[in-house]
Amino acid sequence: MRALVWHGKHDVRVDTVDDPEIVNPRDAIIKITSTAICGSDLHLYDGVIPTMRPGDILGHEFMGEVVEVGKGNTRLKKGDRVVVPFVIACGKCFFCEKQQYSACDNSNPADKADMSQMLYGHQMAGLFGYSHLTGGYAGGQAEYVRVPYSDIGPIVVPDDLEDDEVLFLSDILPTGWMAAENCEIEEGDTVAVWGCGPVGLFAIQSALIMGAEQVIAIDHYPHRLELARKLGAKVINYKNARVYEALMEMTGGIGPDAVIDAVGLESHGFAPDNLYDYAKQTLKLETDRPHVLRQAIYACRKGGRVSVPGVYGGFVDKFPVGAFMQKGLTLRTGQTHVQKYLAPLLEMIRERKIDTTFLISHRLPLEQGPDGYRKFAFEQNDTTKVVLKPGWEKSNG
Amino acid sequence: MHHRHHNHGAGRALAAGMLGAAAGAIVLMAARSMMRDNHPMGPEDSPRHAWRRRAGRRWREGAVVGRSITVNAPREEVYSRWRDFSTFPNFMENVVSVTPLDQTRSRWVIEGPAGSTVEFETRITEDRPNELIAWESDEDAEVRNSGRVTFRDAPGGRGTEIEAVIAYDPPGGAVGRMAAKLFQKEPGVQAKRELRRFKQLMETGEISTAASGSASSRA
Ligand SMILES: [Zn+2]
Ligand SMILES: [Zn+2]
Repeated sequence: MRALVWHGKHDVRVDTVDDPEIVNPRDAIIKITSTAICGSDLHLYDGVIPTMRPGDILGHEFMGEVVEVGKGNTRLKKGDRVVVPFVIACGKCFFCEKQQYSACDNSNPADKADMSQMLYGHQMAGLFGYSHLTGGYAGGQAEYVRVPYSDIGPIVVPDDLEDDEVLFLSDILPTGWMAAENCEIEEGDTVAVWGCGPVGLFAIQSALIMGAEQVIAIDHYPHRLELARKLGAKVINYKNARVYEALMEMTGGIGPDAVIDAVGLESHGFAPDNLYDYAKQTLKLETDRPHVLRQAIYACRKGGRVSVPGVYGGFVDKFPVGAFMQKGLTLRTGQTHVQKYLAPLLEMIRERKIDTTFLISHRLPLEQGPDGYRKFAFEQNDTTKVVLKPGWEKSNG
Repeated sequence: MHHRHHNHGAGRALAAGMLGAAAGAIVLMAARSMMRDNHPMGPEDSPRHAWRRRAGRRWREGAVVGRSITVNAPREEVYSRWRDFSTFPNFMENVVSVTPLDQTRSRWVIEGPAGSTVEFETRITEDRPNELIAWESDEDAEVRNSGRVTFRDAPGGRGTEIEAVIAYDPPGGAVGRMAAKLFQKEPGVQAKRELRRFKQLMETGEISTAASGSASSRA
């Protein structure tokens, strides 16, 4: 089959590789119809995530048709149209039973789990197409993918919904939703969202659905801020305005009740501490660039909530623990428990309460995947979301 | 860290036994680095230390490894699965087979380097249903070893806590040194992986793998 393969920093190619097969009883093989490039794929593209190996197939946001089912899977059948969560979860362990799927104890293979246990104190769940730290599972930017524990993860979607309407159930929609949920929004609340990428934009929509009085979006790409405003957010362009001052002005000096860092380790900013972070990262003294997180904690009101859906992988220094403690903030974060949110969010999509298709700026055949990565990495203003269509290469490519 | 060298013959077979056995590590763990903290001071409840103290006289410099894991399954089920030694190859790397010879004795075949195998026999020294299984190799085994696995109800209905404590006598001489060097970087790693696989089997019915099928070797 054809698949988008990681070869190194800024080097991804569409290669011919072996087709996946059923390995375990609960597996399924999915023929991919749509797969998106994620902001966190850019971390892989930029080579800042350790344990990538040349030959790894990327992609953790995908959907398609079930073409083969293992003997142990009685839930899916051939021909089902499914969206697959980026988190692989067994559904049986202590964490899965608590619906904390991204903490699954079993989905990261035993020999790969050592690394995350060493880094974080505990092993992390397996993820598709996201380095060997998370299991080394082949991703879905390909014609086919093997889905382990497929009786737990994939959700069957009805035929009257287009791929583009449901594809983002795989990651960014539930991730934005959980980011807003972690804000524990109450009546009258102001929520400030750093980063108007896909996760930030879905967090904005979610926060408004959950009853936030106002949502303030912070970015520097005019097009993304425009999208945020269309969704009902007020916007701050951090190139024009001082973010802290602006937030205080917009909240009567109180500060946002909850703040969301939807940027994570690749935050783009121009303040001196960001350059300091960059230098430290380059020197491998610090792996994450946490400028946004510091700013968010600084601006958050006393007793407020800090929600971090952005991906952090390693260590940061200069964490403002003083402001964090003195103001009595609550920090909530984590990889998304995708499986938990699939059914309710699918229902909201059906009821047209949430629109996801506005996000897509580019639809490309899989064969043009490398172009998609380049665009997403270097033309961020216009490229909000790239969806690859493995079925398109002959007719449209 | 000190490492005394015995002089009980270190031939090829022993090398094979050492390497293979250390890889099948819930049973046999080369863990020289465990000796870093072998001077327990004051009260200590961690399994490795507590048992090590009791076993200290018998296992001199022998490595003692303690590992715990919680399995989301009833104690009876977990115990009876573990009591069936013949299933060990399913989750233990390099264990080719364990054949029960009678109620207490088993014959183990362990993979060595270059396709070789090493065999030894163990006998169960203690067996309290749903609580404890302990076994010990014969005195003349190439790598003398002993294991003790206890099962407890986990608090809050979380299933069963397994605590595995394994001891073995490292062989001396050049082979022992080589093996220690080879494995001291990852003390207990094999044991941890094997317990993880056992847990996966018990909880999910399968062993997680990133392999994409027989045609590819993307493990
Ligand atoms: Zn994603
Ligand atoms: Zn699980």
